[in-house]
Amino acid sequence: MKTGSNLEKILTKGLFAVTGELGPPKGNDVSVVKRKADLLRGYVDAVNITDNQTAIVRMSSIAASSLLIQMGLEPVMQMTTRDRNRIAMQSDIFGATALGIKNMLCLTGDHHTFGNQVDSKNVHDLDSIQLIDCVRMMRDNGTLLGGEEKIEGEIKLFIGAAENPFADPFEFRAIRLAKKVAAGVDFIQTQCIYDMNRFKEWMKMVRDRGLHEKVHILAGVTPLKSGGMARYMAKNVSGIIIPDEIIDRIVKAKKPAEEGVKLCVEQIQELREIEGIHGVHIMAIEWEQMTSKITEMAGLLPRPKVD
Amino acid sequence: MIKAEQKPMDEILKYLVPYNKILLSGCGACVTVCHAGGGKEVGLLASGLRMARKKIGKPLEVLEATPARQCEPEFALELTETIEKVEAVLSIACGVGVQTLVRHFSKTPIFPGINTTFLGETVTHGFWEERCQACGNCVLEKTGGICPISRCAKQLFNGPCGGSSKGKCEIKKEADCAWQLIYDRLKALGQLYKIEEIIPARRWGVESRDSGPRRIVREDLKV
Repeated sequence: MKTGSNLEKILTKGLFAVTGELGPPKGNDVSVVKRKADLLRGYVDAVNITDNQTAIVRMSSIAASSLLIQMGLEPVMQMTTRDRNRIAMQSDIFGATALGIKNMLCLTGDHHTFGNQVDSKNVHDLDSIQLIDCVRMMRDNGTLLGGEEKIEGEIKLFIGAAENPFADPFEFRAIRLAKKVAAGVDFIQTQCIYDMNRFKEWMKMVRDRGLHEKVHILAGVTPLKSGGMARYMAKNVSGIIIPDEIIDRIVKAKKPAEEGVKLCVEQIQELREIEGIHGVHIMAIEWEQMTSKITEMAGLLPRPKVD
Repeated sequence: MIKAEQKPMDEILKYLVPYNKILLSGCGACVTVCHAGGGKEVGLLASGLRMARKKIGKPLEVLEATPARQCEPEFALELTETIEKVEAVLSIACGVGVQTLVRHFSKTPIFPGINTTFLGETVTHGFWEERCQACGNCVLEKTGGICPISRCAKQLFNGPCGGSSKGKCEIKKEADCAWQLIYDRLKALGQLYKIEEIIPARRWGVESRDSGPRRIVREDLKV
């Protein structure tokens, strides 16, 4: 065991993991974190706490993760390389682990021009792969990046990263995963999957490289709320592919939200059958209340208790 | 080479409010090539300034010069006699040229008339794009000769982010994804093994400008 986090235990035991996602408030209103945490409690094994996602200023991932621990849930603290240099990131890792955070997701982050502070200077002192390497070094060697400075105490983190099989160049996507594995990542959460054929093709490349035996891959899903949402995401979000038949299905449905949930459940069941998929990451964006229904309908409840 | 664009006329006129006689100095090198600060632009801007000031009843006398390379002291010093005759200088050389004049002409205010924007290439006539950030440790050998520092919006060293779609960058749909270009080129060269290698964290603090202005000192060239 690298950390003994609930997520690590579940994955290590070969159980099918379920993670959720919680976007912190655009301010310091703790009740928002509490409300969302209540909607996820008992339905997921760990909850990703986003780090100023889409570059919108929100409560810090560390603070919201710490609140989540107080509320009895296990966080996956996301950290982007967009806003911090290596001094700040390593310092924050000291603080996060001191607060009891055991899972961390290393990300590059959405570009700052998508957010509400477009005039800021983006940092990218490290990229996500270099951050993985940095955290692994802190945990396994007990030193800061550079390898010389010893850390007081022990850094225990289950290291995660993202991968997007729907971005281009497609052939690069398995290579990029291989680089993350080589850097020391323990688990991967993917971008939300709608194009099942492309995802399966990617997983084949992943298996051909033997990566599925070196890293736990959690397949990302996002339930579609409406035809408008499906159309918007397909058209405007780079790195998300939604096949026309899926858009049609949601658009034509009498109750699009219900159809979206149904589709999500079907996707989970299909993903579960793919060799090398060890769990599912449910990103019910501002629709956290659907997580309970989706996990129930997909037969993922009750969540296992592991020691 | 260095690319630049002229500052807005209103901004330039604001700098020059207190003066009645100035030198407008261009540069015969990079900014001539990108049509921002060569002899032609000196002529056009000088006329524009004279007209604008005449219109408000405060005529401005504008002397004109375009040294071959304003950033080289020997050319900058050719302006000595002219600068002694004026109250201020408006330089439409790059930021380096402006500072060369500042270093040599301590008593005369020197103002920039252009914004120095980037080190770039002429893609087609009238279209320039950034290609180099002078980062101090060139990685082009690893990346098929395409620079991810200047051409990727996130300066990624180890491959494209999740926003690379159909060869384009999600930030600017008209811009090519640097990592798509790198991938395509290395593939064509049969060198895809190069992108499997992790490029480690950069030593920005030592190699880049984060430790203040960088210097090159060549003892063999000193006189």
